[in-house]
Amino acid sequence: MKQTRRKASKKRPASVAKKRRGSTSKRAKAGARSSRNGEALLLVGTMKGAFVLRSDKSRKKWKVEGPHFRGEAVYALLHDTRGGRERTFAATNSMHWGPTLRTSDDYGATWSEPGPQTVRFPEASGRALAQIWQITPGRNTEPDVLYCGVEPAALFESRDGGESWRPNEGLLNHEHQPKWQPGGGGLCLHTIVLDPENSRRMLVAMSTGGVYRSEDGGKSWRARNSGIRAQFLPEEHRYPEFGQCVHKVVHHPSRPGRLFLQNHWGLYRSDDWGDNWKDIANGVPSDFGFAMQMHPHDPDTVYIVPIEADVFRATPEAKLRVYRTKNAGASWESLTKGLPQKDAYENVLRDALAADSFDSAGIYFGTRSGKLFGSRDEGATWTEIADALPPIVCVKTGMVGAA
Amino acid sequence: MIRLELPKALCSYADDKSSLVLEGPCATVGEALVALRKEAPAALDRIMDERGSVRRHVNVFVNGENIRFLDGLSTPARDGATIMIIAAVSGG
Repeated sequence: MKQTRRKASKKRPASVAKKRRGSTSKRAKAGARSSRNGEALLLVGTMKGAFVLRSDKSRKKWKVEGPHFRGEAVYALLHDTRGGRERTFAATNSMHWGPTLRTSDDYGATWSEPGPQTVRFPEASGRALAQIWQITPGRNTEPDVLYCGVEPAALFESRDGGESWRPNEGLLNHEHQPKWQPGGGGLCLHTIVLDPENSRRMLVAMSTGGVYRSEDGGKSWRARNSGIRAQFLPEEHRYPEFGQCVHKVVHHPSRPGRLFLQNHWGLYRSDDWGDNWKDIANGVPSDFGFAMQMHPHDPDTVYIVPIEADVFRATPEAKLRVYRTKNAGASWESLTKGLPQKDAYENVLRDALAADSFDSAGIYFGTRSGKLFGSRDEGATWTEIADALPPIVCVKTGMVGAA
Repeated sequence: MIRLELPKALCSYADDKSSLVLEGPCATVGEALVALRKEAPAALDRIMDERGSVRRHVNVFVNGENIRFLDGLSTPARDGATIMIIAAVSGG
């Protein structure tokens, strides 16, 4: 992949001289990095570009940089610190010129301008890439492995740090594939969950299609949706083998087999890697929603933002409330301190809720109306970080010098 | 010889050129665009998707006529023709 670098500019991002990859002085880069080591990073993808926010460890004040890729939707972001590198990935999508995967090795100051499209379907598949919905790092033991979940629903894998990609053939040619249907956002594979203990096991989720798991390193995939309802089907067919509209699945690496799932109607937990799912919508105002985030340190704690209904995608009772369970779904509590509780018709999308890895975990989310909120105390209190960004579709975290 | 005019947004995908000359026999607009694969593959990927279809919000004009209202990619591109790539009505 031909790689050049473009300097970010608020006015004319395309006007700055190109740099070849690696041309930045290593010494200068290392110096800049060491002076900022430990800084918190917030990566915010919107419908009109990406923003990179930085703060010191206190996370009280954030410096907003961007938008990068002005006018392009950025549905997926990742700050990857494996293998001694610090590379930020951004999946951009121009309404005119289509989707592109770009990288930055300097926290967004400059970005690669890739050559030919690297994430692409084989011609024989008859499909064309519409959007990259997810970029997931491989296991720590495989620092050059990355995965992309895309629309139309498919999984791509890179084994060279994101330089080249190939589709997962097992899913590409799955016998269920012709029957997967697009949800409101398109037919997207949006969730990729790896077993850190078993390199042959991984799980993906798509809307619609549901959950699929592989036990052989991605060669074959089995639908794993037992107990997940499909509200949009006739009553006698509401628990099909596949075809559910799963919105997000999370787990904690210390207890990988226990999964939490936010469905298009339904909130579930599995204790057996998805073989069985049970309802955990205990005390939430709605079991509809998109976003779900695992606590970085506690495998019993999960965050969600309930949404009233599919036909009215807004926070119930016009109150912006994050819900948290600290007992793996036995009960949920609302977190509202600092969040608007009147006339707040907000929506938080599936990748717009994130957690950092500080000891006192930071929780962040962005809304479709462009508000960005953060909590430095695990959700107890919230502050508004930005109030008028473009519609937010993705929030991810990182830390400078974590590599 | 066919001249291909690129919009400013795509110049950086073609070594900062806004105009390319495609040599060799190209009977149709589709063949001319495929010939771009050799000259500027990154630019071609922004004009056409993996299926070889012109992207939805991209317009291709040959000698000032939009190929959507002619014969699409099968529209003849005679020697001396100018193919112009223009962003369609859309945006973000």
